[in-house]
Formats: sequence, C-alpha cells, structure tokens
Amino acid sequence: MAALLCRTANELFWMARHIERAENTARLLDVTYRTSLLPYHIQEPGLAWAEPWSVPLISTGVATPYYKHYPELAAESVLKFMIMDEENPSSIYCCLRAARESARSVRGAITSEMYEDLNSAWIAIRENGHERLRSQGVSEFLDWVKMRSHLFRGVTFGTMLRDEAYHFIRLGTHIERADNTARILDTKYHILLPSAADIGGAVDYYQWASLLQSLSGFESYRKIYSDLISPRRVAELLVLRDDMPRSLHSCLNFIDDTLELLCDDNSRELRRQAGELHARLHYGKTEEIIRFGLHEYLMDFLARVSSLGGEISRRFLVPAY
Amino acid sequence: MSSHPFDEMSVAAGVIRPHYRAFADWLERTDGARIAQKRDEAERAFHRVGITFAVYGEDAGTERLIPFDIVPRIIPADEWRILEAGLKQRVRALNLFLADVYHDQKILKAGAIPAERVLGNTQYRREMSGMDVPGGIYAHIAGVDLVRAGAGEYYVLEDNLRVPSGVSYMLENRRMMMRLFPELFATRSIRPVQHYPDMLLENLRGVGPKGEEAPTVAVLTPGAYNSAYYEHAFLAQQMGVELVEGQDLMVQNDTVYMRTTRGPRRVHVIYRRVDDDFLDPLAFRPDSMLGVPGLFAAYRAGRVTLANAIGTGVADDKSIYPFVPDMIKYYLAEDPILNNVPTFMLYKPKDREYALANLDKLVVKEVHGSGGYGMLVGPACTAAEREEFRRRIVAEPDKYIAQPTLALSTCPTFVESGLAPRHIDLRPYVLSGTDVDLVPGGLTRVALRAGSLVVNSSQGGGTKDTWVLAE
Repeated sequence: MAALLCRTANELFWMARHIERAENTARLLDVTYRTSLLPYHIQEPGLAWAEPWSVPLISTGVATPYYKHYPELAAESVLKFMIMDEENPSSIYCCLRAARESARSVRGAITSEMYEDLNSAWIAIRENGHERLRSQGVSEFLDWVKMRSHLFRGVTFGTMLRDEAYHFIRLGTHIERADNTARILDTKYHILLPSAADIGGAVDYYQWASLLQSLSGFESYRKIYSDLISPRRVAELLVLRDDMPRSLHSCLNFIDDTLELLCDDNSRELRRQAGELHARLHYGKTEEIIRFGLHEYLMDFLARVSSLGGEISRRFLVPAY
Repeated sequence: MSSHPFDEMSVAAGVIRPHYRAFADWLERTDGARIAQKRDEAERAFHRVGITFAVYGEDAGTERLIPFDIVPRIIPADEWRILEAGLKQRVRALNLFLADVYHDQKILKAGAIPAERVLGNTQYRREMSGMDVPGGIYAHIAGVDLVRAGAGEYYVLEDNLRVPSGVSYMLENRRMMMRLFPELFATRSIRPVQHYPDMLLENLRGVGPKGEEAPTVAVLTPGAYNSAYYEHAFLAQQMGVELVEGQDLMVQNDTVYMRTTRGPRRVHVIYRRVDDDFLDPLAFRPDSMLGVPGLFAAYRAGRVTLANAIGTGVADDKSIYPFVPDMIKYYLAEDPILNNVPTFMLYKPKDREYALANLDKLVVKEVHGSGGYGMLVGPACTAAEREEFRRRIVAEPDKYIAQPTLALSTCPTFVESGLAPRHIDLRPYVLSGTDVDLVPGGLTRVALRAGSLVVNSSQGGGTKDTWVLAE
C-alpha cells in the first residue's frame, strides 16, 4: 500500500471523527429530546444536574462552557448550544465546519464526490441552519444531520480507492463511534429516575427504549430478542454483539482489522492495545459487565479508547521524526 | 480611449465574424430562460465543487467565486498558429535569458540590456549565480498575458514566470461548458485542453535531478488559506501526486523527504506554488513558516528540482519587459512574432517627462506590482488620483513604468442588463522541459464592470471558456 503524508492521514482521521461526532451528537440530542417528553419530575431540590437536558452537556464534557453562556438549564438553550453554536467546538455546526476544513486541506486525497458532498452539507448548515431548525423543528433537523452523515459514508464507500487514506477514514469513524456509543449508553446512568421505586417501571422502560432508538437499535432489539426491553439485553446488544454496527464490539472489530492492514513491526504497542480491547469485547460476558457496573465498565472503556487514539496519533499522525 | 474597441464576435452590430457564426446561431436559437437556468446551475456547481479563491484584505478565510460567463472566447485556427509560435519563441528566449544572467551574462556584456537593470533588480537572486539547473530550464510554467487591441493585433502584456495561477479555471470552465451545453461541443471542432495536467506531469518528470529515472513529483502549497489553494489541490489531484505543505517536508543530507505514515519518502521534483522569499527560512526570509529549512541547500546540491526555479522574477519584472524583443533577437536571431506594448521607463528623464505630461492617457504600473494592485489607469482616474501618482513617480521613478492605454478587445458577456461587450485578456500556459509546449487555449479573463480594463479576479474580474478551433 502506498504511503500517505502524516498530515493527510491526520486530517482524514479527524475529518471522519468530526462527521461521526456530528451524527452522534444528533443521536444524543435525539435521545434527550425523547426522554424529556416522558412524564418526569425530580422531587428533590439540588438535583437539576440530573434533568435530561443536562445529559448532553455532561456526556460531551461541555457543561462548564455552557454555563458560561447561559444562566440556566433550558431545553432551548441546550439545543442552541449543541446544534448551531459557533463557540462550542462540540456543536454540530462546529463539527461539520471542522470536517469540511480538514477535507478542504487534503481534498486531493479524497474523491471529488466526497468533497462536494461534504461541502454542500457545510454550505447548507452555514447558510440555512437556523432557518431549517426553526421551520422544520428539532427532530427533523437531527434526522437531516444523520442523513448527511449516512450520505457521506455512502459516497466514501462507493467512490474511494481502498488505499491508506480510506483506512484512516475508517479508523477515525470507528474510534469516534466507539467513544460516542459508550457515552450515549452511559447517559442512562445520569438520568435519575424520580425514585428508586421507578426502577423497572414505565419511565425506566421508555428511557431504555429511547436510548435504543437513538442508536438505531430498537428494531434490531425486537428482531433478536422478540421480548420486553431489559437493561441487561440493551447492554449486550450495544456492547458485546458484533453484528450490531454501532456496538462497541463491532467498532473494535473494524479498528483491529484496519490496524492489521496499516501496522508494521514498529507498531507493537498500538496492536497490543487494540488487540486487548478487542479481546475484552470478543470474550466478554454480559453478566460480568452488569456485576462490574455498566457505568464503571463504560468509563474504563472510554479511557482505553482515548489511549488507543493517542497511540494512533503517536505512531502515524504526528510522529516525532 | 477608443470608443469602438475590437469586438471578438462582431465586426459591427449584427455582422458576426465567421468563427463565431455557429455559436451566434446557437445563441439565437436557444431559449433565454434555458440559458438563465444554466447560468444558475453553473454558479451552484462552482460553489459545491469549491472552486473559490480568497481575497486578501477581506476576512480571513473568506471564499469567493470567480464569476463565470458562458459566452466563450473563440480563437480561429490561423490566429492560434501564430500565437502558439510566438509564445514558444518568447518563452524559449526568456529561459535562455535566465540561464545567461545567472551564468556568463553574455547579453549584458554585449550591451543588449543595461547590466544595472538586471543585476540591480531586487528580483535578481545572487544565490542562483553559477548554479546549473536541469536542462537549463528556469520557467517551467509560464503564464503569458495577452491582449488584443487596435484593429485586433495581439500584444503581450506580461510574462508571468514566478508562480502563475489560473490554469485550474481554464480546465474547470471547459468542464462546466461541456456539462451545461454538450450540444455545442458535439457540432463544433473545439480543440481539447483537458490533457494539461498530463502534460504538466510529463514536463515535471522530465526535469528531475540528474540520474533519476522515475522522479517523485510533489506540489508545494502555502496551505488551505492561500488564495489559489483550490488550484494547488486540483493540480496535485489531477496529476496524482502529493500536495505538500512546508511542514510535510524535511531535508537530511541535502535530500528532501516527505513525512509519511511509512516513514520518510524522497521527493525529486517540487512544483512549488510558494514565492521565492518563503521557500526556505535558512536561505531567504527567516520568519517564513511556509518553507522547508535546508531546501535551498538541497536545490543547490542538485538533489531536488524546483519548478519554477528560484529567481525567475528577474525576467518577468516590468522593468525588464521592454527588453524581451531584444532577448529574442539576441538568443534566437529571430524577429519577435508577438508585439510588446510600447513602454516608458520612468527612470529615463525623457520618458518620465512625457509620461507626467500625459498621465490622463497612460496606464502606470508598479514595476513589482501584480494582480492589478498599485496601478493607475489614466483615462479612468480622477485628477486627485493622478496627482497622487505624479508625486509617487517623482519620488521613486525607478518603481514605475507607463504604457499607452490599450483599447482591449471586447467579447459579449452576460451582465445584469443582458448581453453586453466587456473587455477581455488571455493567459495561455506555456510548459518548458525537454520541449516547449502548450495546450490550445488558456484562461480568458473578463472585466465585468462596463468600460473597466482591469480583468484581475481580485478586482472583480470574471472568466470565460476559451475555444481554439481545429484547422
């Protein structure tokens, strides 16, 4: 396989991550939106952080900058901050801008169809984002973001040579997806139920259902289990099943396979980390995850994915030679 | 200024020139609404493809489209034959001149060009003297600006030998025309230009360092915020070579490498779109963040070829321009095929005296200016602007030249009120390597403001497709 400029690999990796992040931010807001529509009242004072609308902020680590701009937690403000805010680097707007900037700076490394697709998505949000959000409403807008991401992935899949550039895009997509899926799964931990008595009750059920829907897992769940939604099975589906394209296991399959194509003898530590993380999912058992605690398990996973991303960066993207 | 400039399409109202007849018929036949719809389509497509340029002085990162006009500039075969021969002749002489002034300086010794004009020129790079470059070629890519004036004769306005840009517009304009109006190409014998990137790659491969059978070529760009970035990326992609920034390259033992995911990879030929001053902070401007430390040493050692060479500015400088016909006679012993515009050199007392007395009729240009910046178009200027230039000329006469205001030819162009004549120029791209060659065509720029003679994109100019007809 032909070598790729490190800078090009870096830009492509981050282009893919930003597009995936825009999509998953849309998913995260979608699950929050659905959850917020459920009848829901936190009785105890001082627990505002446990309101559904605080979840996207906590989950993406932008609660502090949010409160710098907005005095209090409100659905409209969170949506504004997470969708169109030019100052919030995690907003969908900023993710698309960053992805497009990356693509522009290495546009020779991707196909012109890919660039044109991404550029038109960027032009659409830059010029009509506010208008579209106002006239179509939140759900439509979030669907549009997801569709643009699907479209770009399709154009990439359908037009690009399977060269190193392609593999770095895939790598970026799946590192980001692994991270984001874990974060979205973990949102359930942050949304407190009104009281302990509600565990396993109707609200609990609908929260898990919304989460499944936001990760495109609802229909698959029905197909596989043909049964009521249980937290244990949701965890199994989105963590351990490798036939579920957004599951952690599935992401690690992609990452491990791609690294096998890219790595040579100088990449032992990188291969080891990816292999270890992959093995934990490949041989993992749902019971153990539940015993360990899903939240704790996901936190540990996020730390490992972050470390893997750092290792990829050191080895390929910004090497010190 | 003449009130009836030469029009490319019509001899007089309603009298179409033969080579425009088929197009004029088509225009006549075609529904106005369809054309309007196609023009919209073109604009959207250019936006989506991202064929934009940045304008200096506006907000950083501002990207604008260069307006594209769908009425082509058409050049008949017999005219092109002469242009082609004239351009090749001119670029050959310019390369010989560059090789000479950086080696034996025979032309200066012969007195054909005053030595101080060359050696005292800020564009003369002493670092290049005595250094051999592959094939003796300095200006591998030349963008020669031509205009038509008077009764239709062509003049060379400028020889751009540093980092001439615009060729991507030539290619994209053609692609767009073929997409919008395929029927025009099915019936007309329009010579293709789309093989330019192949020719360019071939040309660059032919000038690699000695002994390199299969040299690796790369395009060096200042980066995504440069005004011509689209073109850099486009050409690299079309040639299938890497587009690199300074930070992607490193020099070890006078050898240039790209930093890749598989370790360092050698580069032999760099088509650089970075100005001389910024190429190497060790050799030129130390504050340059765009360059590659050690690049010049590698170049001097003959381990890498730069295209264009360093120091070509001394041949396309406006103070050297008046001598190009002398170069052609001196080096090739031929008569120049293309006209030069008569030029007043304002450091000469007589020329200056004449120019100052006739500022309202002349175009005054800064010797080192480009892009239509720092220019006075006498007939179109206010008295105050002329006064300002008078002061500047008297203070630094060396910095200016003056030329008669040419009545540039016009070509019908779509403007808000419909089809109207607008002034145009032409920039063909001449490639020099093992041979001198060019594709039949070039970039036609059009001044969109009525009466304006400034076609530069930075000054609101647009572009047109350029058709050279087959014999």
